[in-house]
Amino acid sequence: MATKLGNNIKANEITDYKVYLNRRNFMRGAALAASATATTFLYRKLNPPPAEMPQGEKIETVTTKPVDDLAKSGFTVNEQLTPFEDITNYNNFYEFSTDKREVAGEAKGFVSRPWAVEVGGLVNKPKVFDLDELLKFAQEERVYRFRCVEGWSMVIPWIGFTLSRLIEKVEPTSQARYVSFQTLLDPKRMPNQRTTVLGWPYVEGLRLDEAMHPLAILATGLYGQVLPPQDGAPVRLVVPWKYGFKSIKSIVRISLVAEQPPTTWNTEGPSEYGFYSNVNPHVNHPRWSQATEHRIGEFSGRPTLMFNGYAEQVAHLYDGMDLRANF
Amino acid sequence: MKDTRFAKVLIFINSLIPLTLLLWDTYRKQVGANPLEFVTRTTGMLTIVFLLVSLTVTPLRRITGANWLVKFRRMLGLYAFFYGFLHLMTYVSFDRFFKFKTIPADVAQRPFIAVGMVTFFLMVPLAITSTNKMVKRLGGKRWNRLHKLTYLAGVGGVLHYWMLVKSDTRIPLTFGFVLLVLLGYRLVMKYVPAKRATPSLFPQS
Repeated sequence: MATKLGNNIKANEITDYKVYLNRRNFMRGAALAASATATTFLYRKLNPPPAEMPQGEKIETVTTKPVDDLAKSGFTVNEQLTPFEDITNYNNFYEFSTDKREVAGEAKGFVSRPWAVEVGGLVNKPKVFDLDELLKFAQEERVYRFRCVEGWSMVIPWIGFTLSRLIEKVEPTSQARYVSFQTLLDPKRMPNQRTTVLGWPYVEGLRLDEAMHPLAILATGLYGQVLPPQDGAPVRLVVPWKYGFKSIKSIVRISLVAEQPPTTWNTEGPSEYGFYSNVNPHVNHPRWSQATEHRIGEFSGRPTLMFNGYAEQVAHLYDGMDLRANF
Repeated sequence: MKDTRFAKVLIFINSLIPLTLLLWDTYRKQVGANPLEFVTRTTGMLTIVFLLVSLTVTPLRRITGANWLVKFRRMLGLYAFFYGFLHLMTYVSFDRFFKFKTIPADVAQRPFIAVGMVTFFLMVPLAITSTNKMVKRLGGKRWNRLHKLTYLAGVGGVLHYWMLVKSDTRIPLTFGFVLLVLLGYRLVMKYVPAKRATPSLFPQS
């Protein structure tokens, strides 16, 4: 082929065609490998693999009641338990992360000892309980359904004690009609509190009769072990007939009050999250159908039950109330 | 970049990597407690990412003068459609469990799903008219006008995501910001007189 360069190139300077092809292939291979590695890295960065399984210490002093009593009271449901890995790696705990899969990693090493819960307000005997005092209340295992407002659910073997025991101890006055709860506020230990994704600290509330119901517990563990940080260590509320966000985690203050207290998600979106937030398949949420739910570990959906299946035990609390208006 | 053909192969393979990893992770049960939600979220994000990347081609081309970039636009757009289709399928299969009758009521009840559906169906004519034959058949001008729907699809995708998120809107807002820049650039260019004749926007290859 005639070129402008003519005869200026010496024969020994011309790259052999075979070498040229090899180099070309090598460059292509390198480009492919480099870009594929970069893409993989980027994808992994945005979709990190789940954290390892945490191991907690055992809670020794758990008592168990006869099985028949348990089923009747709603203290135990006879359904397949959700695996420990799922309960501890799929958490809504915005104080650590808004990504359910990242909470476990972010909460790793969270120090929950020493820990004190201040119980006061409209009571005769206000008291600060430290964690060991709370663990002296008779600890029981309760196997509850747990239904998140986002449409997924689990079955969790909690360890804990009836909330009413604690409330009785401080002797509420006759003006007390509601109970308010507050999560720890400490951005050093709960790093996502530095963001404004929610108003901190997280607060929740119950009507006093709801709080005194035997199904409402303060949980200190699950699967026979001390509560892992991502599940609300060292002590959290569990109200099985309400959407999961009512079950406030890592509690530091409980107050008995006269008026309905503000609650975090209700403040955030009053039209979407009511004060009561009872599990109710007839009241839909704009983002999630509440008629059905996805039980973690299952593939087909299942119908959501009124009061999350605890209607027999709790429906009487709401006699005469319009549950569509008071959602 | 002379080696267009190889570059296309490169982009094709790289665009398939997220899907490969997603399938691999699902097979190895590395997708967490709620695989259905994870797959839905991942395919949805990929749809928006590919929409935004395909919308980046024109501004990048104008700014750098690298007109050959347009040769990759169709593939990027088709990948957005492909991931959007997978996203829709995860909804139909996992969220609705193939109970097709429940879909209309669910779409009506949950506005963000309605927005997502509309967005997907906006992409259908774009995918259908992506072939050279269709470009010829429609004629460049009409083809261009039709493919402005991509802007609407971008807005719909970001809106769909933003409506879904409970309170941490950082990712959808980031997507929204990128989209705003990309569409804003086009708006500005429309009113800034062109210095030289702009090359035709429809694919040449």
